[in-house]
Amino acid sequence: MAIECLVLGAGQEVGKSCVIVSIGGKRIMFDCGMHMGYLDHRRYPDFSLISESGDFDKALTCVIITHFHLDHVGALTYFTEVCGYHGPIYMTYPTKALAPLMLEDFRKVMVDRRGEEEQFTNDQIMECMKKVTAVDLKQTVQVDKDLQIRAYYAGHVLGAAMFYAKVGDSAIVYTGDYNMTPDRHLGAAQIDRLQLDLLITESTYATTIRDSKYGREREFLKAVHKCVSGGGKVLIPTFALGRAQELCILLDDYWERMNLKIPIYFSAGLTIQANMYYKMLIGWTSQKVKDTYATHNAFDFKHVCSFDRSFINAPGPCVLFATPGMISGGFSLEVFKRWAPSEMNLIALPGYCVAGTVGHKLMSGKPTKIDLDKDTQIDVRCQIHQMSFSPHTDAKGIMDLVKFLSPKHVILVHGEKPKMATLKGRIQTELGIKCYDPANNETVHIPSTTYVKIDATQAFIRNCLIPNPELLKSSLEGNSDIGCTNTMSLPLPHLRDEKVAEGILVMEKTKKARAVHQTELLPMLGMVENKLQLAYCCPVNMSSLEHFRSHELNEQSSLSVGDPSSSMKMLLSSDQCSWLRLLLLKLSHSLAEGTNIQQFPDHLQLESFRISVCSNATCPYKFKEDVHASAALFFCCSWLIGDEKLAWRIISVMKDWNSSTAPRQPTS
Amino acid sequence: MQNGWWGRNKEHMLNEAKPRVANRRNQAGIPSPANHLLLKISLVEVLNQKEETSKTQNRGFSEGTCGSGSATTLILCLLVPMKFTCLSKGKGYHYPPCQMINMCGLRILLDCPIDLSALTIFSTVLANSHQTPNVKTSNSFIQNSVSNSGDQKRRRVNEALEADNLIKAVPWYKTVNTMHLLDTSFIDVILISSPMGILGLPFLTRNKNFSAKIYATEATARIGQLMMEDLVAMHMEYRQLYGYEEDRFPHWLKWEELETLPSELRETIMGVDGADLGSWQPLYSVTDVKDCIQKVQSVRFAEEVCFNGTLIIKAFSSGLEIGSSNWTIHGPRRNITCLSSSIFESAHAMNFDYSSLQGNDLILFSDFSLLHDEVDVSKDSFAPLNYMESEVNHPTACSFSALRNNDNDGENFIKSLVGAEEYSEEMDKLSFICSCAIDSVREGGSVLVPIGRLGIVLQLLEQLSQSLESANLNVPIFLISSVAEELLAFTNIVPEWLCELRQQKLYAGDALFGHVELIKEKKLHLFPAVHSPNFLKLWQEPCIVFSPHWSLRLGPVVHLLHRWCRDQHCLLILEQEVDTALALSPFKPVAMKVLQCSFLSGMKMQKIKPLLEILRPKFVLFPEDLKQNLAMKMTSCSFIHYSENEIVRVPTVRGDFEVDLAADLAFQLQPRRMKQENMAIARLKGQLLVSHGKYFLVSRRQLIDSSQSRMLMQYSTREEKRTLLQWGLLDPNLVLLVLQEKGISGLVDEDRSGGEHNAYFVHIYEPKNGLIEITPTQTVISTADETLASTIFEAINNILDGI
Repeated sequence: MAIECLVLGAGQEVGKSCVIVSIGGKRIMFDCGMHMGYLDHRRYPDFSLISESGDFDKALTCVIITHFHLDHVGALTYFTEVCGYHGPIYMTYPTKALAPLMLEDFRKVMVDRRGEEEQFTNDQIMECMKKVTAVDLKQTVQVDKDLQIRAYYAGHVLGAAMFYAKVGDSAIVYTGDYNMTPDRHLGAAQIDRLQLDLLITESTYATTIRDSKYGREREFLKAVHKCVSGGGKVLIPTFALGRAQELCILLDDYWERMNLKIPIYFSAGLTIQANMYYKMLIGWTSQKVKDTYATHNAFDFKHVCSFDRSFINAPGPCVLFATPGMISGGFSLEVFKRWAPSEMNLIALPGYCVAGTVGHKLMSGKPTKIDLDKDTQIDVRCQIHQMSFSPHTDAKGIMDLVKFLSPKHVILVHGEKPKMATLKGRIQTELGIKCYDPANNETVHIPSTTYVKIDATQAFIRNCLIPNPELLKSSLEGNSDIGCTNTMSLPLPHLRDEKVAEGILVMEKTKKARAVHQTELLPMLGMVENKLQLAYCCPVNMSSLEHFRSHELNEQSSLSVGDPSSSMKMLLSSDQCSWLRLLLLKLSHSLAEGTNIQQFPDHLQLESFRISVCSNATCPYKFKEDVHASAALFFCCSWLIGDEKLAWRIISVMKDWNSSTAPRQPTS
Repeated sequence: MQNGWWGRNKEHMLNEAKPRVANRRNQAGIPSPANHLLLKISLVEVLNQKEETSKTQNRGFSEGTCGSGSATTLILCLLVPMKFTCLSKGKGYHYPPCQMINMCGLRILLDCPIDLSALTIFSTVLANSHQTPNVKTSNSFIQNSVSNSGDQKRRRVNEALEADNLIKAVPWYKTVNTMHLLDTSFIDVILISSPMGILGLPFLTRNKNFSAKIYATEATARIGQLMMEDLVAMHMEYRQLYGYEEDRFPHWLKWEELETLPSELRETIMGVDGADLGSWQPLYSVTDVKDCIQKVQSVRFAEEVCFNGTLIIKAFSSGLEIGSSNWTIHGPRRNITCLSSSIFESAHAMNFDYSSLQGNDLILFSDFSLLHDEVDVSKDSFAPLNYMESEVNHPTACSFSALRNNDNDGENFIKSLVGAEEYSEEMDKLSFICSCAIDSVREGGSVLVPIGRLGIVLQLLEQLSQSLESANLNVPIFLISSVAEELLAFTNIVPEWLCELRQQKLYAGDALFGHVELIKEKKLHLFPAVHSPNFLKLWQEPCIVFSPHWSLRLGPVVHLLHRWCRDQHCLLILEQEVDTALALSPFKPVAMKVLQCSFLSGMKMQKIKPLLEILRPKFVLFPEDLKQNLAMKMTSCSFIHYSENEIVRVPTVRGDFEVDLAADLAFQLQPRRMKQENMAIARLKGQLLVSHGKYFLVSRRQLIDSSQSRMLMQYSTREEKRTLLQWGLLDPNLVLLVLQEKGISGLVDEDRSGGEHNAYFVHIYEPKNGLIEITPTQTVISTADETLASTIFEAINNILDGI
């Protein structure tokens, strides 16, 4: 199974985010954005690449929207109402509440101010939003039997979320836009340490490392304070959602501390309305802001009141938030026309401005005159203050997230091509993770993890728990050998932890494979074990043993075998036993240290090798050629194939005595 | 006379108490609490007795060595069978059941409530009433009281309850009766399913041995915290008014005093057979509450939390209250649904999310609401004149049987589950309450609503203000509680936890609940207490007051009730769970009207069966007490009935374990096709892990040290041969044939020994002497030559089936 990732938008650019991911037969669209820089068909993602027939319901399992910005949700109404997608759509509660405001505002700007043809109506926006299922953070949503999705806090705007999707054993995360550092009203992005095959992350600031935000905030406040204390008016053109609330919290707080009485105005009812949403959704802000809900909701601004058109020309200082953000028209332009010619006034631009807007002209250089149209020209004498309050993560944040999640693959979207290439290189070299930065309409294929589902019997599981004695022993020995200098470096806890699961996997065509314990297999198959053994009845020259006996008995106590007194008794009590005992002593001498031969009354055992005195003259394991020495004593040996080497070694030792002691015998 | 109780000389009491306890107990034949405790302890010993394995596991855990379930002991624990004990079946909405599950060697406690209805055994105190004795002056009564109390008490036993009978002491609180016998340190997980289920938690968390992980939804934890803070605040107020009392064993729990109490009170204190005597505890402090809440890990609905690598725990909405939940526990061997009191369609909280509970093996059914529904509401002891019954008589609307006949496709079951009649019934009740309230207000009487259910309060606020408006009455509504402001503010910031209708309000940009507007319009006033500044300025009568506590012993309600209880125009609205006779006894004679109302607090009987059919469990743990109510047979699942304090063993559903085999390990397998059937077998060797409630078999880790990997290699080849398994019959002639190909010749000799099994001997003479002894269960290769032996072995090994 592979993961297929088709980038319809925001590939090596910023705008119209839209990524289609196919995993295990499921197809998910992440974001459905609009490009603000284009007015033609390039404004929307090329939906025809999803399905040529246009049957999007069949082609897609679900659509997931990460946050309410137009470059992430702008094309949704078009996709559902015009293209005719009727399947499920998921977004967080705040996004569901605020996205229609964004869409409606955009529609109004398009139709009323630019006089464009209407792309969709307000009713269609409402229709579209009805199809949306709202989700909570960390809520695990079962989209269908196989597809599971989950939202994580992204901190970019209110309700922004990173989405996790899992099909079978493959899992991916699509971050949307996120911010790794908390700001005035939002917390930092938060995610669990997940097992991921793929991470699709934004890369707006792929190469930037940003300084502290507080410095920029201080500058902004200083500029505003200076202006109003000089009797000037401050115009802050901004969109009603997000930035406006953040700056309002900042100003309201500052006003409170500095005990300023100068009014702060909101231009339209929309912002007051937006504050209502923010108040109810305070649970989605940072912990600090959240904690204020009971005593004084942070979005109940004390110093903020709504603006009346008649105030434009009223004397005295004030601060005004006005829409739209880029002074592209509407009320902010109207106010701009009146206030720009005065040196006392200040225009603070808190965000990105699209080329062609007044805001963009103000930001690029210091114009003294601005041509609105052929007939109107405005003298710009006021001060201009620019702030970059962009709530995106910087390069360090992206690297931190990638490192934290350690996915198998990374795809970069939502950034500028050269910067993305740099970041891609860093991810590959520094983190050793495969990284891609596809352009729009390109597809990336990625292998995915799969697990085979099997059953395991209780005996199999139980058997896994028996620690592996051999390994444990060797690792302990290794420890003592190397000495204390190296002990820490040895992966001892790993070894102890290692549970070797051993068994037999039984696979049948129609059934699920089943792991069984060795002992369970034959009863399951209805078979009886046929034990394959090796045996040999080995002759040993009695005299060689006896010789050995007299020689060794004195040194008995020096041997490290058992309790000397008890073994002595045993030695004398029975003849057989004494032979065995003798053999044991002799073997212990000949074999290497550390071999632990077990002694039983009638046999000796080492692993599966078993040796006993053979009194059966017709023992089938005796061979003619061995029955030559009259003084020979037979030891019957049997063993399993696993101890083959050991067995032959012992036998050769025993045979050696025959040959080596025989010539010596006459001399003694 | 009554002062005698208060000023009682404690020293005297202590001296006298001991001998009398011993004597009386035996004479009166009342079961001795001590004996009974012994019985109880034996049960609890069983409860506390940890399996050997889980103990070791616990130890590993505290040392912090236990990773994501890789410790051997952890897996051993999973083999321990599941047990279940119902510690308490509770008493309805305010006192939910409390249960203990023992699975995978882990102890899971479900809810930790307290029985606040037991507060009614205590007397009330008032700040400015002549009835309240001043503690300082009561010293003069000591002499009298000792001599008098004896007669008086004996006289009381069978009389109707008077205010004097109530216990005059700073209240203690009644916890689940077996809880204090449990070893707190043995609890591994606590799941809280509703704000009511958290109220007893500080009693556990303040124990220094407490180490369990507590899970609750964010909303439950927050509302629970506010409820506990309110309780503590009300209790502190009581203590302040009552006067200082030493923190020692209270006099009323002493045997001699218990005996003299009216039977009704005694039963509340002691429970059946004195079982509850040990369950009384002095209230926790604000710090205890804070510490407790800090230990709670809050979750969202459907958020997966993984405990110890073994259990995946999730909460799903139960619809009972904001944030209240049903829990599912997924273990490697078993999936459990803990089904608490659930409401299919709620007017405030998110609806019962039953579809997410589908497919679990076991349902622990603990919705006892049916049991408490049966309670007769009217009480003889209470003056029936001013008593109204609000049980709106609804036809039981059981369209279910009809549906059952029509078809089986399940669609209709779902329809029958979420039928709107429940919802409209509840709405009818509320509008009935509103109309009664309006009537009272019209007559100039005030309305007192000491209802403890957040949802009902929120809805009543909305509906009452509407009714007042449409009746054109300008009557203020007060909400007096130490947490009023915080609680109402909280309800307006939790859209994720509310029902569909309320969520629509969010999308429309309207406040989630009506109280936001009411406060803005100054129709609703919030005050932390009756003595708050500004309170008297705004106070006007008639008015409508919502205030705790529903037991009528604590909080602002006591003051207001004393003020209004003699006024026949006033109205008191109580919940059905309240024992009116007892609750109102300190306020007698009561002239004010009392409206007692039962609110929906769980599933209706007719919905249980269709629900279970949708959820398709294999087992249902069902309360013995509800057996009669629900005579049903289901073929698909089996019922196990449980009673309080009875250990139930739950049979295992699955014989085999489900294991995920890593793909790379699967590719390493060398399957051997079997002669019979379509079967293949392969040796499997890997590493077993438990993670996220699942077993994984993965390839073994690469060893870093080369010497170790060499050692491992040697070891494994030898091990491979050692574990060799062979089966099948060996045909000696075939053996000979195969050997001949390898240049080995011999002769077959049949059954020389004449045993029961045919034994064959293959004598090898070329190239060297050897012998192969063949029986059905054993084959022995014997030769003095090593190479010959291994050649023969190879040949035979190929002929036999083996792995």
